[in-house]
Amino acid sequence: MSFALDALTILAVSTGAFFFLAGTVGLLRFPDALSRLHALTKADNLGLGLVVLGLLLQAEGSFAALKLIGVWLLTLLAGATVTQLIARTARPGGTHE
Amino acid sequence: MADFLLAAAGFVLATVALGLVRILRGPSEADRIMAAQLLGSGGIAALLLLAEAMSVPAAVDVALTLALLAAFVSVAFVKGFARSGADGA
Repeated sequence: MSFALDALTILAVSTGAFFFLAGTVGLLRFPDALSRLHALTKADNLGLGLVVLGLLLQAEGSFAALKLIGVWLLTLLAGATVTQLIARTARPGGTHE
Repeated sequence: MADFLLAAAGFVLATVALGLVRILRGPSEADRIMAAQLLGSGGIAALLLLAEAMSVPAAVDVALTLALLAAFVSVAFVKGFARSGADGA
């Protein structure tokens, strides 16, 4: 049982780390600001989400697990809001109101 | 398991640090704040991994604070950007 949980943790954390790598490569290689923003949100949501999922399997007690989920939900909420705001300033033409 | 989590934390931090090149290159202010945003979420992931790997539960609280502050950075940037843009126009 513990071996299966460890294997799942390794799988989820590795996939999360891969999404961080993909986000960085996208941020460096994509041609314009809006597509770079697209790469960034994948790293934010999926990368951190998979890392949290992997750590949840190792968490001791439900309070520690709830805290991990809280970190992830806060990042999702903040990421969604902030991405909208940054996209508004990065949009060609309509920079600000 | 702890070794793997430690290695994963190092990998995420190295990856995100590479992304900081975007701050140097720009070209727009939005690109620079995006790299800072990526550093924020990468830092959160690294802190969570370290908390589990080295069994320091307090690091999860640090990650929670970092998540809050990373959101404020971008909101402050957008507010400041809109104000200076309105003055310039």
